Amino acid sequence: MPRRDDLHKILIIGSGPIIIGQACEFDYSGTQACKALREEGYQVVLVNSNPATIMTDPEMADRTYIEPLTCQMLEKVIAAERPDALLPTLGGQTGLNLAMELHHQGVLERYGVELIGARAEVIAKAEQRDLFKAAMEHIGLEVCRGQTVTCLEEARAAIKEIGLPCVVRPSFTLGGTGSSVAYNREEFDTLVAKGLDASPIGQVLLEESVLGWKEFEMEVMRDADDNCVIICSIENFDPMGVHTGDSVTVAPAQTLTDKEYQRMRDASIAVMREIGVDTGGSNIQFAIHPQTGRMVVIEMNPRVSRSSALASKATGFPIAKIAAKLAVGYRLHELPNDITRQTRACFEPTIDYVVVKVPRFTFEKFPEADPTLTTQMKSVGETMAIGRTFKEAIQKALRGLEVGSFGFGCDGKDLWGTLQQPTIEEVRAKLAVPNAERIWYLRYAIKYGMSIGEIYELTGIDPWFLENLHELVELEDHLRWQGRLQTVDDATLRWAKRCGFADRQLAVLLNSTEMEVREHRKRRGIVATFKAVDTCAAEFEAYTPYYYSTYEDEDETPPKSPAVRRVMILGGGPNRIGQGIEFDYCCCHASFALRELGIESVMVNSNPETVSTDYDTSDMLFFEPLTIEDVLNICDRVQPDGVIAQFGGQTPLNLARALSNAGVPIIGTSVDTIEAAEDREAFRDFLNRLGLRQPPSAVARNTAEARAAAAIIGFPLLVRPSYVLGGRAMEICYDMAQLERFVAEAFVAAGGQPVLIDRFLEDAIEVDVDAVCDGQHVLVAGIMEHIEAAGVHSGDSACAIPPYSLPPDVVEEIRQATVALARSLRVCGLMNVQFAVKQEGSQRVVYVLEVNPRASRTVPFVSKATGVPLAKIAAKAIVGVSLAEQGYTTDPVPVQTSVKESVFPFIKFPGIDIVLGPEMKSTGEVMGVAEDFPIAFAKSQIAAGTVLPREGRIFVSMNERSKMQFVPLARRLKAMGYELLATTGTARCLEAAGIEVRRVKKLQEGHPNLIDYMVNGEVQLVINTPSGKGARTDEGRIRAAAVARGVPCVTTLQAAEAAVGAMEALRRAALSVQALQDRHPQYARR
Amino acid sequence: MNSTQPAKLALEDGTVMTGISFGAPGEVVGEVCFNTSMSGYQEILTDPSYRGQIVAMTAPQIGNYGVNAEDVESLRPQLSGFIVRELSRRVSNYRAEGHLHSYLLRHGVVAMQGIDTRALVRRIRIHGALRGVLSTNDLNDESLVAKARASPGLIGRDLAREVAPKHESRWDQPVHSLVRLDGAIAAELPPDAPHVVALDYGMKWNIARQLRSVGCRVTVLPGTATAEEVLAHRPDGVLLSNGPGDPAPLVYAHKTIFELLGKKPIFGICLGHQLLALACGAKTYKLKFGHRGANQPVLNRLTGRVEITCQNHGFAVAEEGLPRELEITHINLNDGTIEGLRHRRQPAFSVQYHPEASPGPHDSQYLFTSFREMLGK
Repeated sequence: MPRRDDLHKILIIGSGPIIIGQACEFDYSGTQACKALREEGYQVVLVNSNPATIMTDPEMADRTYIEPLTCQMLEKVIAAERPDALLPTLGGQTGLNLAMELHHQGVLERYGVELIGARAEVIAKAEQRDLFKAAMEHIGLEVCRGQTVTCLEEARAAIKEIGLPCVVRPSFTLGGTGSSVAYNREEFDTLVAKGLDASPIGQVLLEESVLGWKEFEMEVMRDADDNCVIICSIENFDPMGVHTGDSVTVAPAQTLTDKEYQRMRDASIAVMREIGVDTGGSNIQFAIHPQTGRMVVIEMNPRVSRSSALASKATGFPIAKIAAKLAVGYRLHELPNDITRQTRACFEPTIDYVVVKVPRFTFEKFPEADPTLTTQMKSVGETMAIGRTFKEAIQKALRGLEVGSFGFGCDGKDLWGTLQQPTIEEVRAKLAVPNAERIWYLRYAIKYGMSIGEIYELTGIDPWFLENLHELVELEDHLRWQGRLQTVDDATLRWAKRCGFADRQLAVLLNSTEMEVREHRKRRGIVATFKAVDTCAAEFEAYTPYYYSTYEDEDETPPKSPAVRRVMILGGGPNRIGQGIEFDYCCCHASFALRELGIESVMVNSNPETVSTDYDTSDMLFFEPLTIEDVLNICDRVQPDGVIAQFGGQTPLNLARALSNAGVPIIGTSVDTIEAAEDREAFRDFLNRLGLRQPPSAVARNTAEARAAAAIIGFPLLVRPSYVLGGRAMEICYDMAQLERFVAEAFVAAGGQPVLIDRFLEDAIEVDVDAVCDGQHVLVAGIMEHIEAAGVHSGDSACAIPPYSLPPDVVEEIRQATVALARSLRVCGLMNVQFAVKQEGSQRVVYVLEVNPRASRTVPFVSKATGVPLAKIAAKAIVGVSLAEQGYTTDPVPVQTSVKESVFPFIKFPGIDIVLGPEMKSTGEVMGVAEDFPIAFAKSQIAAGTVLPREGRIFVSMNERSKMQFVPLARRLKAMGYELLATTGTARCLEAAGIEVRRVKKLQEGHPNLIDYMVNGEVQLVINTPSGKGARTDEGRIRAAAVARGVPCVTTLQAAEAAVGAMEALRRAALSVQALQDRHPQYARR
Repeated sequence: MNSTQPAKLALEDGTVMTGISFGAPGEVVGEVCFNTSMSGYQEILTDPSYRGQIVAMTAPQIGNYGVNAEDVESLRPQLSGFIVRELSRRVSNYRAEGHLHSYLLRHGVVAMQGIDTRALVRRIRIHGALRGVLSTNDLNDESLVAKARASPGLIGRDLAREVAPKHESRWDQPVHSLVRLDGAIAAELPPDAPHVVALDYGMKWNIARQLRSVGCRVTVLPGTATAEEVLAHRPDGVLLSNGPGDPAPLVYAHKTIFELLGKKPIFGICLGHQLLALACGAKTYKLKFGHRGANQPVLNRLTGRVEITCQNHGFAVAEEGLPRELEITHINLNDGTIEGLRHRRQPAFSVQYHPEASPGPHDSQYLFTSFREMLGK
């Protein structure tokens, strides 16, 4: 049956801000769905609060709403647009939950909106544990045996059924805390007793432990005729017990015989049918006992997921696109396979390579967080690599991770053979508990001569994977033994390349340099070949130019056409804090711009979640790690006329110098300019010549120099070690003692490395500016005023376009400074400048903090706020189309106020302090738009999940500096009828100002203290400006408790002021929604 | 197993690829083909339909789960040679009983690893199936290419006779418990269970196991049996098995089937399907490079549903000149070729693919149930 004609308008809900567990993969799936449905002639209405998505580009949907993802706001969109159907399966868990809420609240029924893809009963059956369990038993599949009990006797009876080891999980504790595994009867009794005590309702769930079992995933698709296909099987390298998002995963499954694989396939299809997912894709997870083969179903996701994005990239089969088409009535066999063209989408991809995904963690940003990997996901990004063998793919993935390693050890990060080499006891300990570093410790274990059996006993990682890692270490030792590059025979060198060894690793092993290894092997004819990802193992011809490198005989990339200009875009690699979807957005736009100009675009990236690695985003896609070697290999093959390095964040910029030295034509802003902006001395002179101000600064190599510098510059100071990037380990020092402590630690941590010291502009207003320059003319596209004062990382601060408090003359001064900077630096492409505006006497003084001649995190936000597609314009400027030729001669004037708010991962790291500082911690962002600032800010808070209360109690705790400034805000809160709670210090100050406050005890003063109030749900908002930070301080515990209890917590005075304004505004006016196409009418014409 | 003994594959078009030997040393000729299944190498190795062929696996990592006594489709590996990208050094599976290398060595199968198997597959896709030689003895390129060109190929050869059993036998083994989701073992047969004679042209054992599991008593006869010999067993139905190579030269089989048609219900699989078609007057032809894999989509025209099927054939039934008595019930969604036929007047049907799976998906097991129903009782 072809498409349904009874539907005309379809609503898609996005997944909102990037958070741990929900990243760009839903931009990828949502974008595919929008394209697929519009291709079929449907009108698409899209709602998402995340401006940094391709799906919210006004060209992607007919009606685009960047609005908070709440039931109330969605109802407004539904009322305004009256869609016929809602497709709930493409916006992650957020989209699915919202669809269910709309269903439960009767909104869908009220407006006659049909759920397509998965009905509400189906979603409930898949998501509710008891319903799911019953369904599985109905079709004869096993789930983990389990039972809830309320006393020890019951528990003892239950354990006879369940068996040991057994997971004891107290019910209704926060974040599943208190769950533990009992291995014997005695332990069991103790744990049950403790669990009953810990559970507020005196109940524990006993569940059979599947820790250490093999874990598999199946990606299944089903159409309305009940045709089912498996798109991909995935085997987890880390066994059960580690969230699949935190596991190294491998596709296809490697250790299943056909009988076991087919049984899992049968089970997957049976689950799909029993749960009743009508159409679309689902992900089903299984655990298999390694010694008996017993199989249990762990869970199913009745929607596209992170794993389905991975499966799509791993096989070339576009799951989200096909799911969208199936939802509107198509059958699988009515849809073409885009890659082969001559065959249909109704088949099961077969792959002739191995795919490895490795998660990227960010524990260095949260030193207080528990780094143990559990069933709660903690990674912030991932990289995927394709190789012909597991050995090759894992090495490529490890270097694609961009953590300073170039494969499985033998590189700069390798501790083996150094003074820091871990002891065998340390290695054993690191293997026994899953953690982010475990992969490296596997190598140390092998180096120590531990047997595969012993490593398997400690880790539960399948011996097949361990064997392959062992082979890599053997080869490494063999190479090391050869000693020199010239003494290695070609066969060995070729074998090493086929096993994924990077030139960098070979250089370490053979006492050479990366470039020498590269030149040597090229002379010997050992060069990378590129193979296509084609869904069919070459059985049919592939038309989609999606490639990976390997060392084989045949290369499949087509020869370059002399008539066409070819430009390469370097992507951003795995998501991390500070470099995420915003840069992928820019890369995609660069590709779209090149396509519009008829220039062939070549994308290089290693992040499977992204739109940039969709095979139809660019003319050619290379799924490769972003390293010098891998990029040069591609350049050798595709001979680009230009390479754009300024869109993918820091990753490609770090490669620019070496690429340029190797003769690669980097286009846009020159590498010299990029470097000049980063060289502190050169940049200071440059600013002086332009007559622009910079906070005074100095470099100290020892404590004495630091002291002297402090005396000249004056406190407070912003200090950081010179060897870390991105605000890591940065601190604000208010006195000499603090400074001395900081520098002493820094010099111990890295002897000989200087410390950078800047004057900290306290209470200054920070301003971010994004501009495009074509070398001569400058388009200042967005001037953003930060809400939080200087000192909070710009990526964590909320900001507004246009500035909401700065006077026009200051804004103009900033604009002119931006133009002067761009021109004198001869920027070609994007530029971001950070300014600070400080009140000095009666004057407001503008300081330049930083200039980054590259794409910034705020480019998508500015584009959405102003309607000016900044990244596209920049890409065109880079390839030689001037701003004038593009028709951009005047700066855009935003008519409404747009506020960007950051979203943080604190809930995933229980107990850590949440205070904002110079180190960036946010993972994502949302946008709120309205006619005025308070409402826009209110929307941004709702979108970020911060529920500003309409009534109730507010706890306030101010540090010395902000106490007096808070008084007027307290008065406004009282005027709105809120009750204020405070501890002694703040209470005294407010009472002195005549404001009534209810006093609560400090934590050490006993009960009832603030945490008691929070536990009882009697506090609706916490406003706390920190005087000290850290999880161990009273304040830190209060803030952590607020996060755990879901109580919004404001930690800066500026944000408090904005919040109070928003709370007032919310009383005056109802929130309204508006489509982007109405906001920026130029889009409606298209 | 740490061989560095070189092996070479030479093709009739002059291509020579050098890899590393595993399994047995030696020299074999055969038609070089590829299989796209990602699992099930032991079933493929022991499938008699590969007689006369050198099989390259597109899945690059082979041998990971070792070999065992359960996952076999005949007594021993049947193909001429085996090519993989990388042989696993270690075996990891709870059912594993041995290593693939020792298994092939024990059975004298010449194998090679380490070549660019994808390049080989692309060559076959573009040029069609090629004759080749795989050798560890002769490493001279010219000599090898000459041997490849001199090798016989498959057309017109009766390979079935080589792999068919010499004597009749009873079959009593059901399918493996892993094949059923509930793990149930087939029940004892009642005394009046229907009796099926399976004509064995190189039958995969799972066909017989499936028949047994749907409740049939199975007698296996050599594919060379005459209709009289078949009928002497008083069967309730006849199964025509799979087998290697070209169906056209098997005239004895065409005759037997022609004589059985209308007398007993008939179910043909793969070569058996082609033989049934030939017996009814259809023509067969050689495909460019065949269908070998576990992901071939087949549309059942009677139900409109799609089955993902396991396939292994180089020849196919021609649509042109298909007798009117034969109705096309199944077609391949990739290339539109005939995948299933049904006789319009007689109780006989057949499929080109492998409903018994092993390796491959279980989507088509319903055909055994249909056949069982056709037998009455």
